Amino acid sequence: MTSTPLTSETNLQQKLVPKILEAEGPSRSKFAARRPSNHLWLILTWLVLLVVPFVASNAYVISLANMALINLILIASLNLLMGFGGQISLGHAGFFGLGAYASGILNVKLGLTAWLGLPAAALIAATAALVIGLPALRLRGHYLSMATLGWNAILVVLFNQLVDLTGGPNGLLGVQSFSVAGIRLDTELRAFPLVWLASLLVMLAILNLLGSRLGRALRAVATNELGADAIGIDSFRTKLLFFVISAGMAGIAGSLYVHVNQYASPETFGISGSILLIVMVAIGGSGTYWGPLLGALIYTAVPQLLLDYEDAELMLFGLGMLFVLIVFPGGLASVPAAVMGRFEPKERL
Amino acid sequence: MTAAPTGSAFLQLLVAGIGTGSIYALIALGFNVVFKSTGAMNFAQGEWVVMGGMISALLLASFSSIVVACLFAVLLVAIFGLLSERLVIWPLRQPTPLLITLVSIGLSICTRSLVMLALGKKPVGYPGFSDAATISFGGVNFQSQTLWIVGLTLAFLVIMHYFFERSMLGKALRAAAADREAAAIVGVKVESMVLMSFGIAAFAGALAGVIITPLTLASYDQGAVFGFKGFSAAMLGGLGSLPGAVVGGLALGLLEAFGSFYISSDFKDAIAFAVLLLILFVRPSGLLGRADVVKV
Amino acid sequence: MTATLLQVEDLFCHFDGVTAVADLCFSVRAGEIKAVIGPNGAGKSTLFNMIAGVIRPSAGQIKFDGERIDHLPTFQRARRGVARTFQNLQIFRDMSVLENVMVGRHMRSAAGVAQAIMHGPALCAEERAIAATAIDLLDRFGLADKAQSKAGTLSFGQLKMLELTRALACEPRLLLLDEPAAGLPHAATDRMGEIISGLNRDGMTVLLVEHNMRMVMSLSHDVLVLNNGRRIAEGTADEVRRHPEVLAAYLGEAEDA
Repeated sequence: MTSTPLTSETNLQQKLVPKILEAEGPSRSKFAARRPSNHLWLILTWLVLLVVPFVASNAYVISLANMALINLILIASLNLLMGFGGQISLGHAGFFGLGAYASGILNVKLGLTAWLGLPAAALIAATAALVIGLPALRLRGHYLSMATLGWNAILVVLFNQLVDLTGGPNGLLGVQSFSVAGIRLDTELRAFPLVWLASLLVMLAILNLLGSRLGRALRAVATNELGADAIGIDSFRTKLLFFVISAGMAGIAGSLYVHVNQYASPETFGISGSILLIVMVAIGGSGTYWGPLLGALIYTAVPQLLLDYEDAELMLFGLGMLFVLIVFPGGLASVPAAVMGRFEPKERL
Repeated sequence: MTAAPTGSAFLQLLVAGIGTGSIYALIALGFNVVFKSTGAMNFAQGEWVVMGGMISALLLASFSSIVVACLFAVLLVAIFGLLSERLVIWPLRQPTPLLITLVSIGLSICTRSLVMLALGKKPVGYPGFSDAATISFGGVNFQSQTLWIVGLTLAFLVIMHYFFERSMLGKALRAAAADREAAAIVGVKVESMVLMSFGIAAFAGALAGVIITPLTLASYDQGAVFGFKGFSAAMLGGLGSLPGAVVGGLALGLLEAFGSFYISSDFKDAIAFAVLLLILFVRPSGLLGRADVVKV
Repeated sequence: MTATLLQVEDLFCHFDGVTAVADLCFSVRAGEIKAVIGPNGAGKSTLFNMIAGVIRPSAGQIKFDGERIDHLPTFQRARRGVARTFQNLQIFRDMSVLENVMVGRHMRSAAGVAQAIMHGPALCAEERAIAATAIDLLDRFGLADKAQSKAGTLSFGQLKMLELTRALACEPRLLLLDEPAAGLPHAATDRMGEIISGLNRDGMTVLLVEHNMRMVMSLSHDVLVLNNGRRIAEGTADEVRRHPEVLAAYLGEAEDA
């Protein structure tokens, strides 16, 4: 270890740890910051995903893959807030919709390119989260979920009623796709690299956040606010920060969604959507890093598998969630470890 | 600017508001009972309302009397509530409020799809309890069913009051809700209390369902809206407060009735949620609730 | 002439019709160990929680290093150098032992969101340094071999040690210890006393609430005795031990029991 410690670290060591075991220096590196293996797995998985367009039998499969990756952004960002932060948000689909409509409307009404719409969507969703979060996060946990619920419901009413802006119940039509160097990314195949990259960056951001002091602070606040307060963590600000970040990510997903589908309609972004996202977080494994990947897979694959039995889809999700919560509280992501009998970080529940 | 409602319109809105308010009060009551005993938000509450209405419509084919069909429906749903608790709540190894809330989400989804698969997607209904559908009073016509709603709700509240204040079982439930460990020490079976609270909540929800169906019809997808409005009412009155459920429910019902007079009905549904947000930000403990004390 | 680190002036606390603390004035000098004792219900916990920031005083002032802190939330007091442990332990049970201590270093870093997301070399270096400091602290308190275990798997005594370690990671100037000996067996209590003593020799100011008289008498430079929310005696351990009102408070209580 050749890094120079920061000044305050040195002071602490000098003041309180006089005779430390300098001889053990090299062996201490095994306790160093987060193992790089997660980053490695992330890159590897995404490299494997790159293969999808080549092995897909038709464009429909690729469109499923695109949807799955967009869903992944949604589920992973919700998991960050809910699984690691312990805050239930019943408004995630609302932020998704806010991002979609923001980016779509800027494109349809003002002719703004999707590349500007994307950051705008993130910013607008994040700002909305700030506005709602400031009053809501000062209260106990269940109050936040109710506030986000109310917020989502109001958003849907707005999406439906502000017809001149949003197209109303019939949806927003005529949204252009992204374009790169004059080529429009308006087919499933062409849209895939963008969605692939965006989801990779979001997963990377989440991984890095979790491995930083902010991520530790979030988990501390989620476990035990009193304890977090006692060590100087501003619990309120931490919760607000991650609420805003997760909403911003949902906004990004929204922008991707509206420009890839070139359409958006209010029913996608309602409370039932928010609830289903929570279900997917739980099934995949709330509070685990890889859970959302499983959740996104299930969320996208199950309706396809049950095409003829559409009515059973809801029941299956419900049963799946119950099963996971009762039998495998850590979600599907914890199954391998449980099977191997090793100790796995349990859910924040 | 819409003028204030005149005498008869005012009366009509008042009665309508109290009617829907009573329904919200029942739902909020069920919600609060579960909240008190588990600390969790029960998402399945609204589904029990729908279940009550739809099952009684079904039973009407077998029983000629509406009242008997409704009674059986309510009892069946109450039993369903008890079963649900045993199947999904009781097995939990660490029944934290968050976990139970999440489980109730799963339960609500399963309940709704069960209703959809078993009872169909078509809205069903039946006539009101009185033979005469409308009554005249003070120059105004209202639905006679509304009187039934208010009357039955009142009766239920009185029974609940006596149950919680006077009966041993009711006091045991309150004790378990207030402090699980202390209650367990004096011999209260806490798990049974949770079971009972689910039964009571399902009963209250189903009661709301059977008495409102003559006015609104029952359909499998209404559960969510009923549930969320019930939550709003419970929050408005003060989460966990049983009298608060009544106050909150009536307040919400009246706000909706008078609110839709001034605002277009398109935005009517938003009223309940706007009220919810307002309460959360201005006075989260609700109208009757106490501010929470932080203890170390 | 040592500086006053903590100053409590005319402190009152009323709630629910009860006066838990009344008319309290005392101070803690830098570098000393001060103990607060008193029979049950004397107001020690309330006083402690007011200093820590969990409860707001009804009247009066609390000054830390000359600055008023009684209106500040807990985390801001921690940032000014007041760290505390909890009688009921507020450990992050789902996080590893190492992470519990690393979280204690939260205040000593300023890495923001952008830096966290980018995770550049500077941040990585800082993370390694934080981990190293945490390990060193765990070494010092005999918990290094448990570093990767989940905190919830530790024994009660180890958890108390962990919480102390975490508090020290904050680099506090004043350490508030809430019944450090509570729930510990004899030998562990002595060890805890030695540790506190050692920290004090290295310059740490300590204010502790404690029932264990052996620890109080052997450790403290100064003792404050409360009864019914008021100060009834203050002085060295010996002075206080012989004070008639103190004896009355303790023995009187025993007679009623």
